[in-house]
Amino acid sequence: MSEITPELVRHLAGLARIDVTDAEVAQFASQLALIVDSVATVKAAVDQDIPSTSHPIPMANVFRQDVVRPSLSQAQALSGAAESESGRFKVSAILDED
Amino acid sequence: MSLITKSASELSSMLANKEISSVELTKAQLENIDKLNPKINSYLLVTHEIALAQAKQVDELRAKGEKLSALAGVPIAVKDNLATVGIETTAGSKILKGWVPPYNATVVEKILANRMPILGKTNMDEFAMGSSTEFSAYGPSLNPWDITRTPGGSGGGSSSAVSSMQAAIAIGSDTGGSIRFPAAVTGTVGVKPTYGAVSRYGLIALGSSLDQIGPVARNVMDAAMLQDAIAGHDDMDATSLPESLGSMTEAARNDSVKGLKIGIIKELTGAGFQAGVTERFQEALDLLVAEGAEIVEVSCPSFQYAIAAYYLIQPAEASSNLARFDSVRFGLRVMPEGSATVEKVMAATRAAGFGPEVKRRIILGTYALSSGYYDAYYGSAQKVRTLIQADLAKAFEKADVLVSPTAPTTAFKLGEKQEDPLAMYLNDIATIPANLAGIPGMSLPVGLAKEDNLPVGAQFLAPARQDQRLYKVGAVLEKLLEDKWSKKMMDFAPKLEVK
Repeated sequence: MSEITPELVRHLAGLARIDVTDAEVAQFASQLALIVDSVATVKAAVDQDIPSTSHPIPMANVFRQDVVRPSLSQAQALSGAAESESGRFKVSAILDED
Repeated sequence: MSLITKSASELSSMLANKEISSVELTKAQLENIDKLNPKINSYLLVTHEIALAQAKQVDELRAKGEKLSALAGVPIAVKDNLATVGIETTAGSKILKGWVPPYNATVVEKILANRMPILGKTNMDEFAMGSSTEFSAYGPSLNPWDITRTPGGSGGGSSSAVSSMQAAIAIGSDTGGSIRFPAAVTGTVGVKPTYGAVSRYGLIALGSSLDQIGPVARNVMDAAMLQDAIAGHDDMDATSLPESLGSMTEAARNDSVKGLKIGIIKELTGAGFQAGVTERFQEALDLLVAEGAEIVEVSCPSFQYAIAAYYLIQPAEASSNLARFDSVRFGLRVMPEGSATVEKVMAATRAAGFGPEVKRRIILGTYALSSGYYDAYYGSAQKVRTLIQADLAKAFEKADVLVSPTAPTTAFKLGEKQEDPLAMYLNDIATIPANLAGIPGMSLPVGLAKEDNLPVGAQFLAPARQDQRLYKVGAVLEKLLEDKWSKKMMDFAPKLEVK
């Protein structure tokens, strides 16, 4: 059995910035334990000598000419924002008051 | 015969010969959507006015004698994870409800340049995570062959639309089989092109190293015409292939498989596959052999680790891609009670905006990428990817194309696997290797399984950049099957009764 405990699920959800309910924590912990046990088989499949593949068709140094091209206007870029002010995205306080 | 049952290639010639107008065709198509969609839920949004305006415009251009593309005037359905200017784009998620993109996906730009009227946006599992559309925040799509069953996923909106004559062709996206599995269970043709053959710009990303946009159609020629219309280099996508892969339409005119070497993948046959699926699959191979194709057996032992590797890599990439849904630049914002920092707003928003499967995969991906586990999980999965590529390279030394059933079973019942993520994942066993390796794959209908009278799909795979081989063998097999049946696959479909 893997090490997916309710505490770990809570911690991971926190890292991923998702509030989770107690019911979700319990459900995800048991489901993820099964999934992690199953995907852990990859560890047995490989030894250190095999190179990694991060990308199916490798390409390097993909550049384009450094020229100005049409892009979104400020209004378009802000059009999906929940809140904006003076041409900027508006968010709540970054730091806690205390 | 009514216009809506015709293929895109037939409609293309009728439009070119001015036997019909695009407005007439688009109206007939919209009428059928209005009739069926309330029941089947293929479309999240139907864009009546936009489609008719585009149809009117293409008719005017044709009347003026303007040179138009082959598919000009043929209406199309677009999966809801492609950004469309002025048209709500949700990717099946509540977190994007109401989002109207300020830019078009490159594929959408190409559809507009080809002057194909856009009928609407099709349903999908939330952010394309799922194999049934049951994880759509807007309810599942139903399979027109049996409405108690799934039309596959994630692209079940597009597959159910095309198989119920709510569109002749549609756009899908395939990360682990989201075009090919829905095609298999709805008796349609679905193609995942070579990674990079079609630009991903404006596709709401799931797993960036796996995602590929491709065609959904009722026959091989239609799929070929659509792939030709949407493929090509795009400098807005750094992974876009610089070279052309040739004409798929030309490849789909092929009429011979003489001497073609077809490799049966040992690991993807026999145990675990429904008897009726195996039977139809074997029958299709026999037809090809009778026409001069040669069968060889190939082995890809590393495929046994494919699902495990995929469900590490894909959630890892998804957890990173979906970080952009942060309540700031687009989509939902939920304010928690009390004094809230931006971080608390994010967490509350993502809790309310994401469904259960998306949360599961983000948490799984976060785990796979966290320090201490990274090498064991994500690192090993990337090595498995190398092994799979090596197995495939070896197999393609012996065979021109590889073949297997697209899925182990026919369409499963809605609700059957919703609470069991692992069972849902196992569905993708035959489709996932192509995404991990970046190679092209096609699912082609090969008849109905005896047990349940539901469609069976055969999947062909080709080496990277050799998409034409899929269309060549697909066109021949389709013709052989139609001759044998004396009808088309869709003629087997039961008549959909709607009140």
